[in-house]
Amino acid sequence: MARAVVELRGCTRDFGTVRAVDALDLAVHEGELLSLLGPSGCGKTTTLNLIAGFVAPSAGRVIVDGQDVTARPPHERGLGVVFQSYALFPHMSVFENVAFGLRERRVAKSEIGRRVGEALALVRLQGQGERRPRQLSGGMQQRAALARALVYAPRVLLLDEPLAALDRKLRQEMRAELREILREVGITTVFVTHDQEEALSLSDRIAVMNQGRIEQLGPPRDVYERPATRFVADFIGGSSRLRGRASGPDRVELGSGVTVEVRLGRPLQVGEDVELGIRPERVAVTPPGGAGASGTSRLAGRITRLTYLGAQTEVALAIAGGQSLLALVTEPSPMPLAVGGEVALALSPDAFLLL
Amino acid sequence: MIGRAAVIALVAFMTLPTVVVIVVSVNPTAILSFPPTGFSLRWYVNALTYPQFQRAAVNSLIVTAAASLLAMPIGTAAALALERGRLRGRHVWATLLLSPLVVPGVAAGLGFLILAAGLGLLRSRAVLIVAHVALVMPFVVRSVWVSVKNLDPMLARAASSLGATPWRSFRRVTLPLLAPGLTAGLLFAVIVSANEFVVSLFVSNRVTEILPVAMFSYVVNYTDPTIAAMSSLFIGLTFAAVWLADRFFGLAAVFLLDLDR
Repeated sequence: MARAVVELRGCTRDFGTVRAVDALDLAVHEGELLSLLGPSGCGKTTTLNLIAGFVAPSAGRVIVDGQDVTARPPHERGLGVVFQSYALFPHMSVFENVAFGLRERRVAKSEIGRRVGEALALVRLQGQGERRPRQLSGGMQQRAALARALVYAPRVLLLDEPLAALDRKLRQEMRAELREILREVGITTVFVTHDQEEALSLSDRIAVMNQGRIEQLGPPRDVYERPATRFVADFIGGSSRLRGRASGPDRVELGSGVTVEVRLGRPLQVGEDVELGIRPERVAVTPPGGAGASGTSRLAGRITRLTYLGAQTEVALAIAGGQSLLALVTEPSPMPLAVGGEVALALSPDAFLLL
Repeated sequence: MIGRAAVIALVAFMTLPTVVVIVVSVNPTAILSFPPTGFSLRWYVNALTYPQFQRAAVNSLIVTAAASLLAMPIGTAAALALERGRLRGRHVWATLLLSPLVVPGVAAGLGFLILAAGLGLLRSRAVLIVAHVALVMPFVVRSVWVSVKNLDPMLARAASSLGATPWRSFRRVTLPLLAPGLTAGLLFAVIVSANEFVVSLFVSNRVTEILPVAMFSYVVNYTDPTIAAMSSLFIGLTFAAVWLADRFFGLAAVFLLDLDR
């Protein structure tokens, strides 16, 4: 078991009558990148602020490196923070921004020059030290903020939606760059985001949050493929829901005599009402009447809506029993798709989630 | 065309009294008259050597400096509290602090006079200083508030995350970013205090009176252009102060900001 660098023990935070964080327990392990993922208002930013010390918990303890820092102000916690708006000091050069933390630590002047240079090189801002923050592009400001937070080698790096202010293209570039920089530094990182792609691609572990609590905590693949709760299944990747009744330990009747084979976490009891989730990309759309691979369930469907997304097309389908589900077809589609068209759906047993 | 003419007329109308005073001040004749009959600096010599003006100038320096220096930190703290603090009835406080002198000067002066008399402080400059602090406060608060509104609250958080104590964060981040508002506030405070007359008339005597009061007394007793020379000096000093402040801090940037943004 890896060592916990940051721990929240039973942390609760109320704002007036709103409980932003509710009896939260969380351990961030040495060297890992842990994402706090959730919709706005789920308490993820408050959780980050509890760790940073910007917000005091109404109840509970905050432990950093085995020390109880609950009562310590932010400036005595020695953490690095990157803000969503970057919060670079507008009246200082990039160099002075990055040097800020070192000056507060009374590092020798020659040492400051060397370490700021290294930090700027790390984020590829060599030669930009004399410029003012407002003279930099959004991506460069983001990197300057990262350099400022990393230069004094903090124990933990906290990132509050660091990519949210960038446009889409730049965001993807910065995401790859951020991952490289963080891997190179190897620093324990807590990353707040509402963007599941960001969380899935950057994290060692993801804590999916909802209403001040953690719904699920685990590696990206676990969270995506085996969502623990309905909320997680809905929030990450999106999924269609199908109601049915178990007709065997691994068979579910969806109504009107349509039965699918499933492979869920536990055997079902015959007659049990179940709700199944299925990810759109796990639904294969095939021409009607064809024979499917062995082990897959085939059911007939009718296309009710097509949404062209560029690389993919989202297909809304009506199936027997008045239920509906979504499929994603990679473009160019191997078969013609048209609203009202009849298709056959091939569903592998392990495509289903039990909600 | 009409617009330009109107602007020229307005500017002429606004500057005319100043021009008249300056012209009269260099007129050698011993009565306040217009137009002038020659050129002389004798009234300037007179003004600068008149003992009561000298004493009043010293008083003015002391009162204005003390009132401004007191008003700056108080006004800055008030502006920060109004914008950032969890203040009950913030709106009421803001209105009270910002309404510049809805109270007529005569009433305020009378109030200060009664208070000072009650406290037995009529012979001291302290009352004058306190009155001036109160009078310049709206200008200081308003000027600083503009800068506070433009200050990103995340910057203080950033500073503290980087290891700065609240005081260090204030000194290295908040204060430098408030500099334009502080400069404007200080300038307003100095100008308003230096020119204050009505309230000062009530709470000063021959020993403590400041220049505008001394100048008024002079006009009551004499009618020579010494007073015009004194006024011209006053105008010149104020102009110099504004020019210097603009030169070093760019006042346009401060005054053009919208307070309610």
